[in-house]
Amino acid sequence: MVIAAELGLIYAILAIGVYLTYRVLDFPDLTVDGSFTTGAALSAVLIVSGTPIWVALIVSIVGGMAAGVVTGLLHVWGNINPLLAGILTQIALYSINLRIMGKANVPLLRQSTLMTPLREAGLLGTWGAVAIFAVVVAIVGAAVYGFLGTGFGVAIRATGDNELMARSQGVNTGVTKVAGLAISNGLVALCGAFMAQYQGYADISMGIGLIVAGLASVIIGQAIFGMTAVWQAVLAAVLGSVIYRAVIQLALNAGLNPNDMKMISAVIVVIALVLPQWSVFKKIRHRRRRVMAAEAV
Amino acid sequence: MLQLENITKRFFAGTVNERTALDGLNLKLGEGDFVTVIGSNGAGKSTLLNVISGRYTPDEGQVTIDGRRVTRQAEHRRASRVGRVFQDPMAGTSPHLTIEENLAIAFGRGQRRGLGLAVTGSKREVFREELKSLELGLENRLQMRVGMLSGGQRQALSLLMATYAKPAILLLDEHTAALDPSRAELITRLTGEQVARHHLTALMVTHNMQQAIELGNRLIMMHEGRIVLDVDEKAKKNTTPEHLLEEFGKIKGATLSDRTLLD
Ligand SMILES: Nc1ncnc2c1ncn2[C@@H]1O[C@H](COP(=O)(O)OP(=O)(O)OP(=O)(O)O)[C@@H](O)[C@H]1O
Ligand SMILES: [Mg+2]
Repeated sequence: MVIAAELGLIYAILAIGVYLTYRVLDFPDLTVDGSFTTGAALSAVLIVSGTPIWVALIVSIVGGMAAGVVTGLLHVWGNINPLLAGILTQIALYSINLRIMGKANVPLLRQSTLMTPLREAGLLGTWGAVAIFAVVVAIVGAAVYGFLGTGFGVAIRATGDNELMARSQGVNTGVTKVAGLAISNGLVALCGAFMAQYQGYADISMGIGLIVAGLASVIIGQAIFGMTAVWQAVLAAVLGSVIYRAVIQLALNAGLNPNDMKMISAVIVVIALVLPQWSVFKKIRHRRRRVMAAEAV
Repeated sequence: MLQLENITKRFFAGTVNERTALDGLNLKLGEGDFVTVIGSNGAGKSTLLNVISGRYTPDEGQVTIDGRRVTRQAEHRRASRVGRVFQDPMAGTSPHLTIEENLAIAFGRGQRRGLGLAVTGSKREVFREELKSLELGLENRLQMRVGMLSGGQRQALSLLMATYAKPAILLLDEHTAALDPSRAELITRLTGEQVARHHLTALMVTHNMQQAIELGNRLIMMHEGRIVLDVDEKAKKNTTPEHLLEEFGKIKGATLSDRTLLD
């Protein structure tokens, strides 16, 4: 379970990114599968070439943001449907990621990475590492929460919530969408950079299906912890990610094989999306909402 | 303050479904004018407001607001000079944002939205003062999500959000139509108050004849994309809903909106 907690916290950064697009912007962004690998590829190649790690991380984030900008422009300028815009960028990134890495796999095993001190201190795979990861995620989450409370952040949220209203209030919704996608994919790429260092290599296929994992985290977290306030929603995405990894871990322990995980991920998301529409759950939610409304008055 | 010259707007141009929503329309509003607009279904009233706000670009003609040509200017760019309240109470506010966040969006109109806090203590004080003028007790619920408010409350908030930045022109599209009578009356009264307070120039579409006559200093009637009757302040004082109906009957094929209320 410690491994699941470690993985869950690293992937929580991706979940926060997916929360930004899927929930805040109401834009299901499939760029994620590609931009995650972009982040991993850039940091792996830079670290191997001897670049300082913090530079590698910044370049990874910028690379992810650029991918988000491309998807955003395809949608805003090109009038391409959000799903299709994301898929197009994702596919293009596959080639770009291969170019960045020069081959399908870049090992980091003998390199000094962010994980090296943790490994040397014997912390990896213990609750010590979990605590350190939790602090990092808390910093990222707090930064995102703070951003969403700024003038620009609120404009992004209004864009996703009621685009026509935002525009009639002077928000350039093209700019807010592109910026939201850029920030989201910057986080996703940062997550990829961490992941490459954690597992000790970057691989061309490491991002496949991650959008589903991200969605599962956001949806599970929201179902369990609610998302009335922004800080709650961010926290829910993080906890959702940890729970999701724990569920996967349990499935593996129960004897399923790693190749079945994509199937399980998809099933989890389908369940999380469909269940709330069933009348029993609807009733529970209505009751909860009524109570909340009553409290608010 | 507002000038529309020879505005034509067609939908589905060049197809069998072609529809001329505005047909060479001319309209000029002076500063402080408050014009009520009535007309049949599909007369082009909403399209007119959409052309002024920039949601639609006219096929022909010029739109001038406050001395500036804005015909092709994007909606968000002219938003600081145009305030709008829509018929649908859901349209003018953002349901998942709190009351104070909605107000922050509206009060920041025309300013750069940067990385400063959207809602600060001093802004909150301003919001509270403004909300008090609505007399709905919303000033005590700044952190409540707008989706929890009733239609009337949301519409009152929309009105405040549309008028606060003192737009050059305020556009109201049947903004009381979706409300029950007592709420509609409240919003109508608040509209009059806000318009007077900020000395706004306003264009208000309504299906309520009595309201169209009582409010404002001019009344226009639209039919098939044109202004077919223009009643000035003096004539308006003496007119009645029955008289307006009679005028309307003189136009071939015209019937008033099926939502028309005589009183
Ligand atoms: N977005 C649009 N796409 C296609 N046709 C439209 C669009 N908006 C308006 N129209 C058409 O333009 C004409 C004028 O519509 P408009 O909504 O301006 O009328 P209205 O006077 O506001 O009517 P109502 O009293 O029903 O609100 C109608 O024939 C309508 O079908
Ligand atoms: Mg209309």
